Amino acid sequence: MRHTLAVLVENKYGVLSRVAGMFSRRGYNIDSLTVGVTDDPTISRMTIVVMGDDDVLEQVMKQLNKLIDVIRVSDLKSEESVDRELALIKVNSEVANRSEIMQIADIFRARIIDVGSKSMIIEVTGDEGKITAIEQLLKPFGIKEMVRTGKVALRRGQKNS
Amino acid sequence: MTESTEKMTGARAFIECLYREGVDTIFGYPGGVLLPIYDELYDADIRHILVRHEQAAVHGAEGYARATGKTGVCLATSGPGATNLVTGIANAYMDSIPMVVFTGQVPSSLLGNDAFQEANITGITMPITKHNYLVQDANDLPRIIKEAFHIASTGRQGPVLIDLPKDITVQEIDFYYPDKVNLRGYKPTYQGNLQQIKKAASEIGRSKNPVIYAGGGVISSEASKELREFAEKINAPVTTTLTGMGGFPVEHPLFLGMPGMHGTKYANYAIQESDLLIAVGARFDDRVTGKLKAFASNAKIIHIDIDPAEISKNVKVDIPIVGDAKWILQKLLKYASPSQSEAWIKRIDHWKKDNPLYYVEPATGDGIKPQYIIEQISEACKDAIIVTEVGQHQMWAAQYFRFSEPRTFITSGGLGTMGYGFPASIGAKIARPDKIVFDIAGDGSFQMNSQELATAVQENVPVIVAIFNNGYLGMVRQWQELFHDKRYSSTCIQNSVDFVKLAEAYGALGLRATKREEVRPAIEEAIASGRPTVIDFIVECEENVSPMVPAGAAINEILDLEKKE
Repeated sequence: MRHTLAVLVENKYGVLSRVAGMFSRRGYNIDSLTVGVTDDPTISRMTIVVMGDDDVLEQVMKQLNKLIDVIRVSDLKSEESVDRELALIKVNSEVANRSEIMQIADIFRARIIDVGSKSMIIEVTGDEGKITAIEQLLKPFGIKEMVRTGKVALRRGQKNS
Repeated sequence: MTESTEKMTGARAFIECLYREGVDTIFGYPGGVLLPIYDELYDADIRHILVRHEQAAVHGAEGYARATGKTGVCLATSGPGATNLVTGIANAYMDSIPMVVFTGQVPSSLLGNDAFQEANITGITMPITKHNYLVQDANDLPRIIKEAFHIASTGRQGPVLIDLPKDITVQEIDFYYPDKVNLRGYKPTYQGNLQQIKKAASEIGRSKNPVIYAGGGVISSEASKELREFAEKINAPVTTTLTGMGGFPVEHPLFLGMPGMHGTKYANYAIQESDLLIAVGARFDDRVTGKLKAFASNAKIIHIDIDPAEISKNVKVDIPIVGDAKWILQKLLKYASPSQSEAWIKRIDHWKKDNPLYYVEPATGDGIKPQYIIEQISEACKDAIIVTEVGQHQMWAAQYFRFSEPRTFITSGGLGTMGYGFPASIGAKIARPDKIVFDIAGDGSFQMNSQELATAVQENVPVIVAIFNNGYLGMVRQWQELFHDKRYSSTCIQNSVDFVKLAEAYGALGLRATKREEVRPAIEEAIASGRPTVIDFIVECEENVSPMVPAGAAINEILDLEKKE
């Protein structure tokens, strides 16, 4: 099972390494990890997606909490939170198939952010399923390069996480 | 003094901070990047123990910490000096020992350039420290040192490392030592949840076969008195782990001895047949639990620990109580009523009578049994501090010494570090000069840090090293005998060195005992000498530690190795 954790950490040198090191030392696999500063410049927020059963989740959260630079760890249950990923997909495109690709982008509410003579770059945001779906549809044209940010997530409603 | 804003260098600030933390002794080894600090130490009112290898500095600081409960402090230079500390830091981390480790570092301007004697020691020690720091501005140094001592000595204790680039030590700052630390991510829980405590208390009242399983957390939270009162009140037998030894008096009728791989049979039987296991400051190490699925399978488990991450890490816990062992035991004393254990205690007494620890004396009377030596040391000085290296002798010390008070057994539990005992015993003796301190050693282990004889002699630290000389790396040999058909691959270390002459070469006293009747006189001569002493006890070379639970077996699947004789 995949779990999404929101981890607030001190915005300091070496903190990412401490967090990543904890995972590797204890044999937990990180599916994705995103980091960015919050509205408080002294605090960064990591969104970490980790695979494992409930026991693994419990240990990961406890071990993260043990790190001095970790301020708070929250488990973001999917029904209580919203999450997004951003992907940039550079796809082969000729004049002949350009409109077809643009139609696909339109359906997925993606944006064309660069057009070249032989390729286009499509920017798409959404949950993992949506990005996987557009990727599958673009594959027949030939994906030259692709990058995904990994998940960012926030809990719904008033409560901070 | 905290309002002071006196101008001073980082090196001077380092000394001032140590004063404010009450540090009177540090263990260290100088080097180029530490010269400004060593220059300040020259006039400082702090005893600096010059070891002969940095590994001994960190073990020495640990021995000091374990004997007193204070935070141990050590210092080493950059690069190889720092990396030589790594084993000792890992040891302190595994056994949760409060320690602040300072390392010198190349000047900030050279960091990352692979400069001479540069090592990324904060990177290297991240997995083996509770926390670590690279000081990037000398103005931060007092705050960092304050935080380091706070982190090392609170919550689940452990080592904290501070890396000091040379330019930090010469930079001038306005010295200000903060009164408090402010770490928003670090708030250890000391007071256990009262509801959980009451729930535990009612389980205790219902239980018929309770067992208390106490670990090193009892020692670090100074909870031995409470543990004893609690055990007596609820009438439950007590087993203590290797690092918990001394936390409960061996002579007490409720004492079961050590559990696990080399534990007593009755401790293991009691755990396996318990209906309630009350773990206090113990972490369910694999050497204790054996096969996890079969461990205490009929028991409800109450786990008291200051580290929430220990709860249900190895063994599923029914009633977790996170907090300080002393505080929680005091509350349990208030709420818990006696268990219904009368029949259980009688049954355990039968187990004790039927399955005592024992060894068979050799028929000729010539060879010395290692267990006999421990018994003789125990008789000669019951309140000694026993420090050990790692191996068979360590297990015999845990099995046969009659410990009566906490902080008198200092041993490498989690990491199992050979070479630990001798430098740790120097640290313990410096911390407790009123105590007789023995390092119980194997001939293999002692040779890993025997150069510290020079330190003991130079610093006039009269520790007694009792070498159990069997010419083998004994514990590994025992495993080879049992599981590898006596193929003693690379475990025979005969013809290594004459330990008496080695001691004398360093200016220490060297003694040797080859017969049973020479054991006690040698011990007494060593105690009376008041000098660093090495006693070379020539022991039976193929003696085994018994009983033994093979790795991976359930803890009641016990091999009785003495029966072969």
